[in-house]
Amino acid sequence: MTDLTRLTAAELAATVASGESSAVEVTQAHLDRIAAVDTAVHAFLHVEADGALAAAKAVDERRARGEPLSPLAGVPLALKDVFTTADMPTTCGSKILDGWRPPYDATVTRLLREAGIVILGKTNLDEFAMGSSTENSAFGPTHNPWDLGRIPGGSGGGSSAALASYQAALAIGTDTGGSIRQPAAVTGTVGVKPTYGGVSRYGLVACASSLDQGGPCARTVLDAALLHEVIAGHDPMDATSIDRPVPAVVAAARRGAGGDLAGLRIGIVREFAGEGYQAGVLARFRGAVELLDELGAEVAEVSCPSFTYGLPAYYLILPSEVSSNLARFDGMRYGLRVGDEGARSAEEVMSLTRGKGFGAEAKRRIMLGTYALSSGYYEAYYGQAQKVRTLISRDFERAFQTVDVLVSPTTPTTAFPIGERADDPLAMYMADLCTIPSNLAGNAAASFPCGLADEDGLPVGLQVMAPVLADDRLYLVGAALEHAVVERWGGPLLSRAPELEVVA
Amino acid sequence: MTVTTQRLPTLAEAVARYDPVLGLEVHVELGTVTKMFCGCSTTFGAEPNSQVCPVCLGLPGSLPVLNRVAVESAIRLGLALNCTIASWCRFARKNYFYPDMPKNFQISQYDEPIAYNGWLDVVYEGVTYRIGVTRAHLEEDTGKSVHVGGATGRIHGASHALLDYNRSGIPLIEIVSKPILVPPAIAPAVGRAYVTELRMLIRALGISPARMELGQLRCDANVSLKPSGATEFGTRTETKNVNSLRSVERAISYEIRRQAAVLSEGGRVVQETRHWHEDTGETTAGRSKEQAEDYRYFPEPDLVPLAPSPEWVESLRATLPESPVARRARLQREWRLSDLEMRDVLNAGAVDLVAATVDAGSDPAGAKKWWLGQIARAANERGVDLEQVGISPSDVAQVQALVAAGTLNDRLARQVIDGVLAGEGTPDEVVAARGLAAVSDDAALLTAVDEAIAAMPDVAAKVRAGKLAAVGALVGAVMKATRGQADAARVRELTLQRLTGPAA
Ligand SMILES: [Zn+2]
Repeated sequence: MTDLTRLTAAELAATVASGESSAVEVTQAHLDRIAAVDTAVHAFLHVEADGALAAAKAVDERRARGEPLSPLAGVPLALKDVFTTADMPTTCGSKILDGWRPPYDATVTRLLREAGIVILGKTNLDEFAMGSSTENSAFGPTHNPWDLGRIPGGSGGGSSAALASYQAALAIGTDTGGSIRQPAAVTGTVGVKPTYGGVSRYGLVACASSLDQGGPCARTVLDAALLHEVIAGHDPMDATSIDRPVPAVVAAARRGAGGDLAGLRIGIVREFAGEGYQAGVLARFRGAVELLDELGAEVAEVSCPSFTYGLPAYYLILPSEVSSNLARFDGMRYGLRVGDEGARSAEEVMSLTRGKGFGAEAKRRIMLGTYALSSGYYEAYYGQAQKVRTLISRDFERAFQTVDVLVSPTTPTTAFPIGERADDPLAMYMADLCTIPSNLAGNAAASFPCGLADEDGLPVGLQVMAPVLADDRLYLVGAALEHAVVERWGGPLLSRAPELEVVA
Repeated sequence: MTVTTQRLPTLAEAVARYDPVLGLEVHVELGTVTKMFCGCSTTFGAEPNSQVCPVCLGLPGSLPVLNRVAVESAIRLGLALNCTIASWCRFARKNYFYPDMPKNFQISQYDEPIAYNGWLDVVYEGVTYRIGVTRAHLEEDTGKSVHVGGATGRIHGASHALLDYNRSGIPLIEIVSKPILVPPAIAPAVGRAYVTELRMLIRALGISPARMELGQLRCDANVSLKPSGATEFGTRTETKNVNSLRSVERAISYEIRRQAAVLSEGGRVVQETRHWHEDTGETTAGRSKEQAEDYRYFPEPDLVPLAPSPEWVESLRATLPESPVARRARLQREWRLSDLEMRDVLNAGAVDLVAATVDAGSDPAGAKKWWLGQIARAANERGVDLEQVGISPSDVAQVQALVAAGTLNDRLARQVIDGVLAGEGTPDEVVAARGLAAVSDDAALLTAVDEAIAAMPDVAAKVRAGKLAAVGALVGAVMKATRGQADAARVRELTLQRLTGPAA
């Protein structure tokens, strides 16, 4: 019998649509897999088995009535625990939201449900999506299925690990500085950050509003594209949502799978190489570029000098917005409340609650942002950072006049051991060096598996960056690369991952 | 420094030594159907927390979407205040912690107000003063805290607080005046005249009912003193909670006198927020502003910039009503009032009330007589504005209609007004309950006349003999018999007819 958890989302949907397996069977298989491996991986913060089975049953009933099914109906998905869900807790990886049950579904959550996608539960993340390793979760780290002693990336490490350990065929992530792409890179999965405004942020608990973007995570490029089309589109509840047609990403993925990139102009970002980059990462990156070249793409080197300033600018803009967005967590209305014994003022209760409820990284960023926005420093910090942001956008614009997409390694190193950078925030921040520019500029970007580093045998990701609203180009390139990698390796990269020990 | 009322100089004494400088900040709650950033109703007086949603509760994940009608109102008010309308502006977050503010930041405008640099002409005692308007900007209102368990309803001594978020997110426009420098002795009165004029303008625009007693129009008064003739401004205080026209004048006057007392005793005015107390007519110290609060303003990333097109602005300009000055000139003509009479109406803050009474069917003279006479006296005795005294323009029009129909004479009409002011109901209800209808039935009157003639045969003989003046005694008797409810003129007519007419 086929192991349903090893099928792609597209295959699962076809299986359900044909009646070969029911959606309930598919869902149960994934719930069993979660029970078998997640004690070791810790991808999920909450598994909603009853809700998932009920959603699957509804899909089966629709099919039985002969009603049309949407393209991903019955496929199980892992939802990053930063989207609100009316039937499940939403913790954002933080103690401060302890016990909070949102009274409403995020737009993304609603769209998933409407498409018949089965939400298995909520996945682990760095607290309020701030981190690159999932170690900042108040509920303990997630482990990389390739090596349980290593990080699965962050902040969306729960989602990437769930995919890489076959606990879900699809996942949703959010990407503020690389939180979809870097976890995808270090787990050998696919992660796409759509154009800012392409996917509604309504119900996505904000980290940094001007940078946050929800997006699809999957094991194959086509699966990511199918999920992209479900969650993307204009939402009147989000003023920053783009009122334009969704780029034809599924068509692009199918076209790319033909392995022909003739005429596509690819630019290598000169600034993203050299010191600080792992040799094996650079080797696999060069190998991927050669593959693309062989598929007919024209490859050139492009300079984006302002990208170097992306990291420092990001670490002023992000904390500034964080300091304001996280102000609402004060124990007054929901979540944790500390010190309310009747003798303390509201201000004292707020202070005690925030002191107890936030972890070290959240506090660090709140303090950085509070400082950067304070009067007398605003221009020197926030103001300057916004100027850098403009310069980075101009670098992109200039580059996209000569090339169709830009490429770089997704992250300078492969997955590092848990604990290695926990006490060194600056080293941790370096993980997002290559991904941050696209958050600052708002353009589309993705990470695709491109091989294993020689020195540690761990996955390496190729980052592809496309202009605003040209998300389809990511899928074209990603699908072509996937096609070439599968041909070369005789199967998907993920098939090289070690099998996890299964708990009976 | 505490200064007791007994030692305060009079306003005249204060302004003999010091020139006051005023700055008035007026907040207007817009009368939009829905809130500023969500679809919740703005109806006043609903059950606490019944008009709320994730957005106006600031729940994690929720996002604001701008109410276009609120923007239109702001642009129209800006145009009416002769302001420049920004061709591009943004909202900003004003960050501070307070339990009635669900996000712990207020969405407001900072250095890019939608309207700026205008003026409003204010007429006082026949002289026009041009008051500069620095800016008019949009912002959201906060929720309301009710402190429970203390004697005063204030925060001190309260055991706990109840929070009502129905008001949270109601659109506000804040209008900030430039420094107001007018002849010192009339500064408080001009301050009041400015707010009165602004209120008339807001109502004429139809953007808010602007009822101060409901908090729909709130005034914060900044007052500072400088030695007579000096150019440099002194330290200012900001008096909050000034919620009636009368209080605007009284609070400014009190602050001038208090500050003069402090300065003349060699003291120093502390820069602080002060609270106005309607009951005692005094201000008390609130939060010190010596350490200026740092609101860490930055552009609101959840909203896109606002760029009203010139076409839109011009189409809104076309909807502006006639200016208050032009309107008053027209009303003065229509009501056939002298300049002095119109000035009295204006100074009493009664232009809108008289106009509404005339609109409800009253003749202008009658309307003016009631509002500036008996009702104004009652308002004065109670220390409230005309609008808060408890009688509406339609009530007054109804009384006047009863007078015109002969149902009420002047004395009875005054009793009806008293009854309405005492909360006994509508004029009809008061007439019925107090049995105040004038006796206008000739048959009933004739019986009373005949009884009077029979009771005073000698007086009747004098009248028959041509001493017509003697009829007064008979009329008096009839009036006494009818407990004053007859029309004295008609009684006189009937009595004379009985004694000297053809019938006799
Ligand atoms: Zn609402």
